[in-house]
Amino acid sequence: MSTIKLDVTKEHCPMTFVKTKIALEKLAAGDTLEVLLTKGEPLDNVPKSATEQGYNVLSTLHVSGDIYQVSISK
Amino acid sequence: MTKKLSIIAMSGDFDKAIAIFTLASGAAAVGYEVNLFFTFWGLDIIKEKTGRAFIGKGFMARFFNFLLGGRKNLPLSRLNFAGASPHLMTAMMKSRNVATLPELLQASIDLKVNFYACEMAMVVLGLKKEDFIPEVKDVLGVATFLELSNDGQTLFI
Repeated sequence: MSTIKLDVTKEHCPMTFVKTKIALEKLAAGDTLEVLLTKGEPLDNVPKSATEQGYNVLSTLHVSGDIYQVSISK
Repeated sequence: MTKKLSIIAMSGDFDKAIAIFTLASGAAAVGYEVNLFFTFWGLDIIKEKTGRAFIGKGFMARFFNFLLGGRKNLPLSRLNFAGASPHLMTAMMKSRNVATLPELLQASIDLKVNFYACEMAMVVLGLKKEDFIPEVKDVLGVATFLELSNDGQTLFI
């Protein structure tokens, strides 16, 4: 059980969710991915598509300004 | 049911190739099954040789393939300026932290997008499956593509 961190706040479409998806695919059962992303499309779609694909969205925390941290586990 | 996006990639233009792999990698990332069907000028995008090469069967085909120039020489559909613009555009994309064509192609491969080549266009251009990147799964015709794309969204780029 480990926690992997990913920052996609400097990325743009489609790499925000592409990089998140690639990181999610590398998770082992019980691992958690903590992804930093900006509000707007990444914040709207990353948790939604993770849930649709069978991952568990554990929390969404406001970090600062436009930046949020979403925790997702397998 | 898995959501599905199928794209007929006809254009060999740089900007349209960006659109193809942006849609493909983005859709795959949000759980879509993605099928890319490369035909005519689109075949230039998936050649194993990325630069100019006299490949293909027959003199005319070899000449066409040389002039097409491979993935590194895809022209911009507007304001190409004799091939200078795709390089300028790539530099602008890098400086603005937007994914470049090789990055989008690699992301599509990593997310298991399905690549197919059009059999008829391959015959015209004298190309065989070995002339393409190994990720090209199969060589198809219209009937099989329609079967693959059935019940999903289809785009022509």
